[in-house]
Amino acid sequence: MVDMVQQAQPAMAQRTSGQGEVLLEVTDLKKHFPISSGIVIQRQVGAVKAVDGVSFNIRRGETFGLVGESGCGKSTTGRTILQLYNATSGSVKFQGVELTNLGSGEMRRMRREMQMIFQDPYASLNPRMNVGRIIAEPLLVHGVGNEKERKERVAYLLEKVGLNPYYVNRYPHEFSGGQRQRIGIARALALEPQFIVCDEPISALDVSIQAQVVNLLKDLQQELGLTYLFIAHDLSMVRHICDRVAVMYLGRIVEMADSEELYNNPQHPYTKALLSAVPVPDPEVERQRQRVILQGDLPSPANPPKGCNFCTRCPVVLENCYTQDPEILEVAPGHWAACHRVI
Amino acid sequence: MTVLMEVKNLTTRFFTDEGTVYAVNGISYVLREGETLGVVGESGSGKSVHAMSIMGLIPSPPGKVTEGEVIFRGRDLLKLPKNQMRLVRGAEIAMIFQDPMTSLNPVLTIGRQITEALQLHLGMDRREARNRAVELLAMVGIPGAEKRIDDYPHQFSGGMRQRAMIAMGLSCNPQLLIADEATTALDVTIQAQIIDLVKRLREKLGMAMIWISHDLGVVASISDTVQVMYAGYIVERAPVNELYKDTRHPYTLGLLNSLPRLDQPDIPLIPITGSPPDMRELPTQCPFAPRCPFAVEKCWQENPPLLPVEGGHPEHLAACWVDVREARRNVNG
Repeated sequence: MVDMVQQAQPAMAQRTSGQGEVLLEVTDLKKHFPISSGIVIQRQVGAVKAVDGVSFNIRRGETFGLVGESGCGKSTTGRTILQLYNATSGSVKFQGVELTNLGSGEMRRMRREMQMIFQDPYASLNPRMNVGRIIAEPLLVHGVGNEKERKERVAYLLEKVGLNPYYVNRYPHEFSGGQRQRIGIARALALEPQFIVCDEPISALDVSIQAQVVNLLKDLQQELGLTYLFIAHDLSMVRHICDRVAVMYLGRIVEMADSEELYNNPQHPYTKALLSAVPVPDPEVERQRQRVILQGDLPSPANPPKGCNFCTRCPVVLENCYTQDPEILEVAPGHWAACHRVI
Repeated sequence: MTVLMEVKNLTTRFFTDEGTVYAVNGISYVLREGETLGVVGESGSGKSVHAMSIMGLIPSPPGKVTEGEVIFRGRDLLKLPKNQMRLVRGAEIAMIFQDPMTSLNPVLTIGRQITEALQLHLGMDRREARNRAVELLAMVGIPGAEKRIDDYPHQFSGGMRQRAMIAMGLSCNPQLLIADEATTALDVTIQAQIIDLVKRLREKLGMAMIWISHDLGVVASISDTVQVMYAGYIVERAPVNELYKDTRHPYTLGLLNSLPRLDQPDIPLIPITGSPPDMRELPTQCPFAPRCPFAVEKCWQENPPLLPVEGGHPEHLAACWVDVREARRNVNG
């Protein structure tokens, strides 16, 4: 059993379900946060298994979606890939280079290629820096260009994200949420990265502004050939923007497939419940929908259930779900699911 | 159906150091008994301020309801003295908020917070109130209610806190429940649980609801009537099917076009250009004109009133000078 699981993991990582060069390769990635106890002498009494064995590949030019509810480990996965957290175990390869054991200087050089866009445009911009300084900072840190070149680059980037270059001397508080998110995108683009982790980039924005930012991200991807890891909880938006999607639950990927396939033919009961819970803005469609209402709450990742980690809420649970952890298997070409029901 | 509440020309302003904020600008509507009214709008549209105005919860200063009436079962709530309004709040009209963590008192047990209202409004003694509180918690689906009643809010998960808030809101059998973004902070599967619960309770208790949300999907699933707000005005109001099928205001249309739909994934998103207006000026033109794809000269001169739409459902109202049906045909060629 254990052997089969271990075989399945690298097999899944190698799987690329189509053409294109693999840009990022994540294999059996784990990130556990220690829980300490004691006042004077601290000792570790447990661990929050935020990410607990996640494997996937992202191809160049692709948008890969990571969805799940709060606490499922999707943001931690994104941050661990960028080495903002040290991985507990597992491997992250970017263009074939293993990132988890790089020194800080080497990692810093790698960061030119991989950037991040954050969720909260109010917290992610330094309020004491003007826009020009915010966008130029990555250039300064990496010693790119002289002052004149940097100024030109900032003006170019502002234009690129749909802001007037004239705003360069303004401060973040003078902008709306959508505009701030554009500034965050310009900063992420400053070093011409190949790969961007978008961590819930639109969930703090108003509905009418969300579409503006999503369309901007799509246009930039086409123009600059970017690769995105798109982390979100809004399943309709993920379907709209992503080529492939992985669904996470309690630190694990429970299902992964091409976007079309995942939404039309979900296999895992959690994916099914998640999809049926998304409200559709059409009252007639809404009235006819059959909802799978999950009982209870997400278990604590410090103390995940034995067996399948979804067994406490699963509407179609079997007896062996309580004892055996299902391995993730390829149920159709490029479609992976971890459930005893689908074998 | 009989009228439960009539809002007439409700106007709320905030007088701040940076100028007057025109938050709600003379809105009027009727809510019937047992009806669920969905109120949709973005941040700053005045949807929450309108609810706080009805409840008499506008912080003053800087805020003030400067004009209007809220006739609830024959009385104008805005003219009620404070002590009488306190008897209405919680007993006849209850409210649940977005963030159940900040709206529950962290140093009181869940049970104490529910029994407080029961003892105050229904004159129950402690034991009666406690029994009733256990019943209420069980009704909203909290397992082991007899034990959990002595828990503090931090011992509850987000979904359970919102259930406790609902139990508290329903404790005195209100005629009207106002829910302000009640599921926004919750995950989709928990949101589905709460909406399912609210629908069942609404049927059982026969109360009216005002469901405030920015999510057109949630509103579609729960409302009888929907009202869209923009810049402190109602810009469109219609029975739920009409609003989504026969949309007549360019803003509503813009919102629907900018939403991705799970059942229609390949339609490109058309965002609304620009950003919401500065609320520190009372517009003399249509407040949506600067962002409107169909704006004509008249839109820049006069703010359109909310009127019945041409050739539509008799209860379908919109505030727009343009016939959107015709304008869309012209745009589409």
